[in-house]
Amino acid sequence: MSDIKKFMYVNRTAPYGTIYAWESLEVVLIGAAFEQDVSVAFVDDGVYQLLKGQDTSELGIKNFSPTYAALGDYDVNKLYVEKESLEARGLTIDDLMALKYEDEDDDWAEKDSIHVVPAAELADILEQQEVVFSF
Amino acid sequence: MGIDVGGKVLETDEEGYLANLNDWEPAVAEAMAKEDGTELGEFHWEVINFLREYYEEYQIAPAVRVLTKAIGKKLGKDKGNSKYLYELFPYGPGKQACKYAGLPKPTGCV
Amino acid sequence: MSTLHTVNKSPFDRSSLETCLRLAGKGNAVLLLEDGVYGAMRGSNASGMVETALSDVSIYVLGSDMKARGVDVDKIIDGIKVVDYKGFVDLTVEHDKVNAWL
Repeated sequence: MSDIKKFMYVNRTAPYGTIYAWESLEVVLIGAAFEQDVSVAFVDDGVYQLLKGQDTSELGIKNFSPTYAALGDYDVNKLYVEKESLEARGLTIDDLMALKYEDEDDDWAEKDSIHVVPAAELADILEQQEVVFSF
Repeated sequence: MGIDVGGKVLETDEEGYLANLNDWEPAVAEAMAKEDGTELGEFHWEVINFLREYYEEYQIAPAVRVLTKAIGKKLGKDKGNSKYLYELFPYGPGKQACKYAGLPKPTGCV
Repeated sequence: MSTLHTVNKSPFDRSSLETCLRLAGKGNAVLLLEDGVYGAMRGSNASGMVETALSDVSIYVLGSDMKARGVDVDKIIDGIKVVDYKGFVDLTVEHDKVNAWL
């Protein structure tokens, strides 16, 4: 595909309570399979999707938190977490899964996918997008 | 729909993918391959086992592009290319190998 | 890239309006529709943030959704423009992309 567009997925819901988080993740993976320039934002309760240590075994539903670690394989390595949302929930980056990717252009060096950015910076990133999906 | 594995009928969806991940055993892959007129060899099993491990770790069946890259990294460049994988799984490494591995159809695979 | 944001939930039910206003770029447009129209009303606990945002973004509200909910034009915050469906279409066309907040 020659026409690569900048796609941004904005996640604002916590996992498991509703289907939005999983649906969003599936759509992200599908978009990435079409080799678009994908980034993902986690805002408001969306930051809860990235919490470490999720275990749904007692609920009998799929724990999809391990799937975020596959995003790097799909070349989805721009994950933006809004600083204000994280802080409002009493969380820091250490509470989130350490998601990494291997940089093809830098001798496969392992790098962090998650970037904590303040609202103003995230607003700029949103401005640069061609397509925005909100979940 | 279902598939007969040694006298036991396991539930599958309309495309022949196993309905319950936990029903899988190597005999399932062999029965599915037989229905397609294929016999599974060592190299098929490398890919099937790889897919099961990938699913175990990430809870998804990888897209073909991701599978190809990851196979190359794990099993060597000569295996991490679509020619090699399509020769093993002519119906598509994503679809066919995932099916034999008891996984759902890869996300984004239509 | 100019963006049209749409918000269709009441600010008292969801944080979508607040988050939208926090993340909208300068010069962007925000259209309040469906239950989002309550966010256009004067004198509520949400009015302050909307009035502040008006210095950076243009805010529109869909007239039909106001009318349906008994939200009179007189109750709307100064500076918010009421549009009809044609105006909604025009806004969509004038902007490069639409960000539909849920």
